[in-house]
Amino acid sequence: MSFSNPHPSQPVWLFRFAALVALATLGLVCIGGLVTSKGVGMSVPDWPTSFGYGMFALPISMWMTGGVFHEHTHRVWASGVGLLVVFLARWTAGSASRKTLARVGIAEVLAGVILMQINPLWKGEAHFLLGIGGVVLAAAAVGWKNAPASRLSVRLAWAAFWLVQLQGSLGGLRVVLDSWAIGGTTGGTVFGMIHGCLGQVFFVLVTCLALSLSGWYSRWTRNATEFRESFWVFLGTALVFGQLILGLWMRHQHAGLAIPDLPMAYGQWWPKTDAESLVRYASRREGVDAITALQIHMHMFHRINAVLATLAICMAFRFSRNLPHGHPVRTLGSLWLCLIGVQFSLGLLTVLTDRAADIATAHVAVGSLTLALGCWSCWAVRVHQRQFAEENRVLAGSVLPEIPAVR
Amino acid sequence: MKNTLKVVSMAAAVAASSALAGEITGKIKINGEVPPAREITPIKGDKLCGALHTKPVMTRTYIVGADHGLANVAVYIKAGLPAGKTYTAPATKPLIDQVGCVYEPLITVAMVGQTVDIKNSDAFMHNVNCQAKVNKGFNFAQATQGQVNPRVFDKAELAVKLICNVHPWMSGYVHVFDHPFFAVSDKDGNFTIQGDLPDGKYTVEANHLKSGMVTGEVEVKGGKATLNLELAVK
Repeated sequence: MSFSNPHPSQPVWLFRFAALVALATLGLVCIGGLVTSKGVGMSVPDWPTSFGYGMFALPISMWMTGGVFHEHTHRVWASGVGLLVVFLARWTAGSASRKTLARVGIAEVLAGVILMQINPLWKGEAHFLLGIGGVVLAAAAVGWKNAPASRLSVRLAWAAFWLVQLQGSLGGLRVVLDSWAIGGTTGGTVFGMIHGCLGQVFFVLVTCLALSLSGWYSRWTRNATEFRESFWVFLGTALVFGQLILGLWMRHQHAGLAIPDLPMAYGQWWPKTDAESLVRYASRREGVDAITALQIHMHMFHRINAVLATLAICMAFRFSRNLPHGHPVRTLGSLWLCLIGVQFSLGLLTVLTDRAADIATAHVAVGSLTLALGCWSCWAVRVHQRQFAEENRVLAGSVLPEIPAVR
Repeated sequence: MKNTLKVVSMAAAVAASSALAGEITGKIKINGEVPPAREITPIKGDKLCGALHTKPVMTRTYIVGADHGLANVAVYIKAGLPAGKTYTAPATKPLIDQVGCVYEPLITVAMVGQTVDIKNSDAFMHNVNCQAKVNKGFNFAQATQGQVNPRVFDKAELAVKLICNVHPWMSGYVHVFDHPFFAVSDKDGNFTIQGDLPDGKYTVEANHLKSGMVTGEVEVKGGKATLNLELAVK
């Protein structure tokens, strides 16, 4: 598997830049995970300012205090990723994108100005819009003439462009609406979960963009082979995504340690959740917070889904061995199996170490990578299926023997 | 003659007010084997907070004193007060201090409308994130040593949690009542509910964060009553 780019229309440096953005996004996922693991998300009560200071003007002494370090670093890092993604969109979509970028930038700046005029209380949100609008206008101002990358890459780049802005806004809402009551819970919890979930989707999207710009992807369509057992790839990916959502729910509802033992749960296969049992479980832990039946059930679903996702990925790996060497699904299948092994172990360690922040965060990061690899595999399956169907159609038209499907 | 009348009327006023003043005293005990306190290890790992302590800082889930007396229990009148009567919030201001990266006291009791002062005695920043469910939550930073921010709770609510996200192990609780008849048990479990409590029968509740709640009936006669309550380890 070589990512080097031989395609003349997609410069190798564009791929390298996209790969850098993907890496930076993984770093952002890690820092965001650490913020939740350590429970320091609200250590900076205002947004987009930090303690009234501009994003990049916070005194170092305040930045280095306790949980502020993680939360403010997350914000600064996110701003950096936002900046990179805007310029990645400009580069990928070519100089033709300048008009669109200019329109979007002006609209955002105007929206910021109007927001500030309507209500001074929305000054923060207005500054956010002015900030991103300014960055988008700066990207539009880059006069360098370059051709767009492939249509697929351009679409992915624009999706990343919009998603990074939405993700930034959601991160801000998570802070600003933290104490709002929404459907029996708080705005902080709701927006925190959406922000976390979208963060994973954004990471997958950026990796897909980098992949679409790589030389490896351009070679995917060679020697198309039908993969009839692709069901396991799709099932594994769906289960991993479901697992990430369950994990996010658990992290934001503090259900990670609702069950402290393994492989049984309070010595039972499915723990009782009557009032007396819940009080007994809560008494086993140091804190004073209660354990709810919902936390127990969600934790159990997370465990069961972990086993199902692992089995599905094992099956996908098993059948991918029937594919010829060099087939992307076969290559990805091996990597996927390794990752799910690491991820499963990290899940066990998370419980056994009493949800140590570093371990829990590594569990989130490897989960994101596992999802990305699953999505790549699904993509590879689809590309080969289409190519195989196309080749078969051509061959059938010229009355040539069919390419045998590999089982 | 005028002076004599003045003295007599003042004495009558004092007597009348003392007739209104009543108090319930007692002790909260804990039954069962109390789990040992654990060290709050993240404090050691924090450069600024760790430097403020020479001894390990322990959890305060159960603080048990002489004769199984349990500290940090909120004790308050739950029922028996005259229906529809409203009370004026005391002018005193309970203080919640953040000192050595720990909330002092762990449990604060206040009345609706009473000002609660929240102070940062440390030389570095804390934030105070109030996770109220009935009252309006708030979250503000206290960056300077000695900074005091007064806050008023406008609804009765038990165990309003305050946390510092800068130092996530820090938490404190405020119980807010719609009357002034409440207290917190001291290190030996003793408490005194004071105020203009008329003679009569009352239901008193003791509320501990981990052990839960227990209620007892008491009759105040001649402005005095005693009530001892027991909680079990949970």
